[in-house]
Amino acid sequence: MIATKRPPKFKRNRNPITWLLRHAQMSLSSLGRLSRSPISTAMTAAVIGIALALPSGLHLLVDNVRDLSNTWDGTASVSLFLAESVTDEQAETVRQQIAQRPDVAETQLIDRGQALAEFRRLSGFGEALDLLDSNPLPAVVLIRPQAQLEGAEAYARMAEELQAYREIELAQVDLQWVERLGAITRTFDRAVFILAVLLAGAVLLIVGNTIRLEIQNRHSEIEIVKLVGGTDAFIRRPFLYEGLWYGVLGAVIALVLVLAALIMLDGPVQRLAGLYQSDFSLAVIDPVSLLGVAFGGPLLGLTGAWLAVGRHLSQIQPE
Amino acid sequence: MIRFDNVAKRYPTGHEGLAGVDLSLHEGEMAFLTGHSGAGKSTLLKLIGLLERSTRGQVWVNERNLNKLKARDIPYHRREVGMIFQDHRLLHDRTVFDNIALPLVVAGMGHAETKRRVRAALDKVGLLKKEKVFPITLSGGEQQRVGIARALVSKPPVLLADEPTGNLDPELSREIMQLFLQFNQVGVTLLIATHDVDLIQRFEKRTINLRHGKIADDHAGAPA
Repeated sequence: MIATKRPPKFKRNRNPITWLLRHAQMSLSSLGRLSRSPISTAMTAAVIGIALALPSGLHLLVDNVRDLSNTWDGTASVSLFLAESVTDEQAETVRQQIAQRPDVAETQLIDRGQALAEFRRLSGFGEALDLLDSNPLPAVVLIRPQAQLEGAEAYARMAEELQAYREIELAQVDLQWVERLGAITRTFDRAVFILAVLLAGAVLLIVGNTIRLEIQNRHSEIEIVKLVGGTDAFIRRPFLYEGLWYGVLGAVIALVLVLAALIMLDGPVQRLAGLYQSDFSLAVIDPVSLLGVAFGGPLLGLTGAWLAVGRHLSQIQPE
Repeated sequence: MIRFDNVAKRYPTGHEGLAGVDLSLHEGEMAFLTGHSGAGKSTLLKLIGLLERSTRGQVWVNERNLNKLKARDIPYHRREVGMIFQDHRLLHDRTVFDNIALPLVVAGMGHAETKRRVRAALDKVGLLKKEKVFPITLSGGEQQRVGIARALVSKPPVLLADEPTGNLDPELSREIMQLFLQFNQVGVTLLIATHDVDLIQRFEKRTINLRHGKIADDHAGAPA
C-alpha cells in the first residue's frame, strides 16, 4: 500500500516583512546578549579595534608622508648656481634663455639680494653675515623640468647641458632624495598592506573563536531549537549577528583610536613642520582608511562568525 | 498517520535499535509503546521525529515518506510532530513563557498570536500562573507539564512522548496521562513510550510491546 498522491507541501513563511522584522529583532537581541557580558565583549571588540587601527593608522601616516613628497610634484627641481661675477641683469637674461628650452616647465630667479634675505631669515646666521664685507651668496635659477622628463639620466643630461653656460657655475639636480623618499613610502605602503592582511586574518580567527565558544556554551539551546523545528538559518542568525556586532564595535574602537592618535600627533607634527618653515599638518583620516575600517570591520566579523558557524553548528544534532 | 514498513535501525556502534518493524497508527489514534529499556522504544520515536534515520525500510508520517525528506525539510517536519521527553529538555535561562513560545518563535509567528497560544497551552496544563518563573523553580511534575505545553502549543497533529512519567510519582503520572487523553479527544495522534505497565492498564488503549527491536505484542484497546 504505497501512497500515490503527492505528499503535502510544508508551509513556509515567505512574507518579506515578517522576515525583515525577525532580522531586526534578532540583531537587537544579539546586541542585547553582548551587552549582558560587557567586559568580555569590550575586550574582544578592543582586540579587533586595535587590529583594525594599526594598519589604517599606518596607512594614514604613509599617506601623509606621500603628500609631503608630492608637494614637489613628483619631479625633481634643478638649481643653477650662477657665478659670483654675474650681475642681476645678466642673471635675468640667463633665466630667460633657459626658460625657452623645451624641457623646462618653469623657472624662477633668486637674485643675490633675495638669496641673502632668505638666508638671513631661515638660517639664524644673520649676525654672522653682518660681519662679512660682501654678499657671499650666488644668484640661483630654479628650474622645474617638464613632467614627462623621466629617470635620473634625463635629469643628469639636462644638468650637463646647462653646465655649458658660461654664467652657470653649478647645475645641481635635487633628485635623489625625492626618489629615495618615494621608494621608502612605497616600501612602507607594501609593508602596511602585508600587515593589514595578517591582522585581518587575526580578526577572523578572534571572531571565529569567540563565536565557537559561544556555540559551545549554547549547545543545549541549539539542540532544543532544532528539536522544535528551528531551521539552520534561524539557528545561524544570532551568531552571525553577534559576529557582525563585534566587527561594528571593533571598527568604532579603531576609528576612535586612529582619531586619538591623530590628535596626539598633531601638535608635535606642527612644531616639527614649523621648524622647516612648512605649514604642513596631518591630514584628517583619509577615505580609504575610513571605508576600510567602517566596512572591513563588520565584514570581517561576519565572515569570522560564518566560518565558525559553518564548522560547528552542523555537529550539533538533537538526540 | 504513522506507518512503518519493515523498518530496521542499526547504529554505527553495531547496536540494533530496531530489527524489522511493521506498524500503523491511524489519525487520532492513541497508543502506548512498552518494553524493557533497550527494546527499541526510543529508537522508534526518534525515527518518527527524524532524530535518526532508518537504515532499512520506510517510515511514513503525515503522508510523507521520511526516507525521501531532504535535510532542509527536517525542521518543517518537526513542527508537525510534538515531542515530549523524560528529562523535559527545557531552557533554564528562559522563563516558562519563553520556553513554551519557542516552537512558535522559530516558526515566525506574530507576537500577539504567540501570546494567545502560549496562554492557552499554559491553561491546558494548569500552569497559567507560572508563566514568568524560571523552570528550575518548578517541581518535576510542573516541568514536565511545561514540556508538554511546549509540544502542543503549535498544535501538531502528532505528539510523541518518551517516558513522560519516568520521574514522577503515581498520582502526578496519572494527571499527565489524563492530559494526554484530553489531547487525544480533540483528535491528536499520540504515541507514548513507557515502561510503567501498571499505569497504562487502566486506560484501555492500544498497547504495542517491543522486544529486541521487534514487535512482540500488539493489543488493541477497548473501543472508544
